Amino acid sequence: MFGDYSLGDLGSIFAMQGFAGLILFSVYVLMALGLAIIFGQMGVINMAHGEFMILGAYVTYFCSEFFSAYLPSLFPGYFFVAMALAFLASGSLGMLVEWALIKRLYKRPLDTLLATWGLSLILQQTYRSVFGPREVGVVLPDWLLGSLPVTDTIEVPINGVFVMCLTALITIAVGLLMYKARWGRQVRAVVQNRVMAGAVGIDTERVDRMTFGLGCGIAGVAGSAFTMIGSTGPTSGQLYIVDTFLIVVFGGAASLFGTIASAFSISQTQSTLEFFLSGSMAKVITLLTVVAILMLRPQGLFTLKVRR
Amino acid sequence: MKRAPSFMDLKDLIAVGLLAIILIVVFPALLDGFRLNLVAKYLTYAFVAVGLVLCWGLGGILSLGQGVFFALGGYGMAMYLKLEASSVENTKIQSTPGIPDFMDWNQITELPYFWQPFHSLPLTILLIILIPALFGFVIGSAMFKRRVSGVYFAIITQALAAIATILIIGQQGYTGGVNGITDLRTLHGWDIRTDSAKFILYFVNAILLLCIVGFAMYVRDSKLGRILVAMRDKEDRVRFSGYSVANFQIFVFCLAGVFAAIGGAMFTLNVGFMSPSLVGIVPSIEMVIFTAVGGRLSILGAVYGTLAVNFAKTSLSESFPELWLLGLGGLFIAVVLVFPNGLAGIWRDYVQPHIDRALKLNSKDPTDPAANVAKQAAAASPAE
Repeated sequence: MFGDYSLGDLGSIFAMQGFAGLILFSVYVLMALGLAIIFGQMGVINMAHGEFMILGAYVTYFCSEFFSAYLPSLFPGYFFVAMALAFLASGSLGMLVEWALIKRLYKRPLDTLLATWGLSLILQQTYRSVFGPREVGVVLPDWLLGSLPVTDTIEVPINGVFVMCLTALITIAVGLLMYKARWGRQVRAVVQNRVMAGAVGIDTERVDRMTFGLGCGIAGVAGSAFTMIGSTGPTSGQLYIVDTFLIVVFGGAASLFGTIASAFSISQTQSTLEFFLSGSMAKVITLLTVVAILMLRPQGLFTLKVRR
Repeated sequence: MKRAPSFMDLKDLIAVGLLAIILIVVFPALLDGFRLNLVAKYLTYAFVAVGLVLCWGLGGILSLGQGVFFALGGYGMAMYLKLEASSVENTKIQSTPGIPDFMDWNQITELPYFWQPFHSLPLTILLIILIPALFGFVIGSAMFKRRVSGVYFAIITQALAAIATILIIGQQGYTGGVNGITDLRTLHGWDIRTDSAKFILYFVNAILLLCIVGFAMYVRDSKLGRILVAMRDKEDRVRFSGYSVANFQIFVFCLAGVFAAIGGAMFTLNVGFMSPSLVGIVPSIEMVIFTAVGGRLSILGAVYGTLAVNFAKTSLSESFPELWLLGLGGLFIAVVLVFPNGLAGIWRDYVQPHIDRALKLNSKDPTDPAANVAKQAAAASPAE
């Protein structure tokens, strides 16, 4: 498998594939962060998470169309507006769903799984009817095109670097929100002991709704970032949902750091293997390894020690 | 409790008899060959749904990977049929005669070792039962011994379904890839493509399903079935009473897997091909919805639920293809929020009392262990 390459080539291959893996890692992290908040903190299985992401992607697409048609002078900066709108759109849809559906199912986690799967089918069909079945791609502003040469054999695309920086910023923001801000303390209090949290005056229903909304909003931002590296169709979200759930479970639900670590290891393994094997076998081997490790260590890589 | 549930009491007997009449007399009398073959296809899904009633409804283990078991059975049967169809005379235009056509297209010159056992019909039938049981045992013992359950189990089985699809599609030379194994002709020399063969296969399928239903009822009404229910509701108490919870979970998971595999094998025989489109995440979770619509605690409900959902799917997607996904999605939500006990619950709450009154067959005893639990579940869930 390594025989035909010289040592220098191998180094470049690993660096390039490693970078491709980092872009995959960014999307995984953004998807998984939202899911880890919803699943890890609330215990709700949101199978429609991919569709919230795709909503963000569609919002970004329409923003890029809008800016190129009416505000071409501001086009280079459209992405930031799109991201904010994507967050708002997915977040408010998430809060609506929490109010209409999830709220009634907190005691039945397996049923949330089925209900949100139904929701994902409805959303997919809605996207197909409203936006059309074809995949759409955004036009990137000039400053995001091209690549940065690092050495003679290694080049990194600028949009990839941008997505990674974005991911890092969002991750830090979520980390601060969860572990430093008052709101994060409330969320963690509700997770650890709902009754006591209520007794000390935390509005647990409101915290639930905000948490779900935040998770979905981050998914929307993930969709926004996703448009820079791939095209969007009504069923694009479904492709990522199983991987993302595995990442969250593998990292140990309720641990944000674990989620990031597992997203990193899974995406790096996959993209490195992809160079040497066919794409499908790389994916099979990666997923099988994760499942095998989960069978030996079902609690995931990192666990939060909480008395339930 | 007035009386312990007994296997096949009068009520069960009447209900199973009614299903038998519908399947064996009414459908063949009313439907033409094409529709009857469609029903046969639906009934193969009902095997999976019945298995899920035991595994999910009674045992509380939601498996989202039943498509994998369906595939193990279906591909097993398809491999046997394909080998029979790929005799040296039939395939003499290939560069390597005597191997399946898709292998030849993929430059494979020798039959892979794992295809070899499927030359023999008895061995194939044995493997259709044994491989899923073994697979279920490996997965189950790895997971249940470590007390993985509920949501985690569901996600991991779903990942398995995803892996199986990617693997089957990726290994085109060994599995037929995305097209699956097609162009199947004879079963031990008997042409399965003719109308009369399809007719006979329908009956084989229906009778086999009735046997499985009977067996599932036997399991439900045995001591094992009651332990399963106890385990689902208070796992720790069962463990503290000295039962090995994991072993019961492994058993019921394997049993559901074997049911699904039998369904898969019958699918291949009735429909005439096997492809990865029946394996992955989407078909696996659709099989769960068949069970949920029928009523996750009712074995007969699972059969009716499967038929109802599939009839709806066929008629809706024939006339309004866009509506089907919306309808299916709505069904998922409705079955969770509005009627968690499915068709069986509706029947028990709204139809059964009238029939009982009319027939003065007023047996007040709570014979159905499922009914009790279902009532509790209904009382506990949406009202809060």
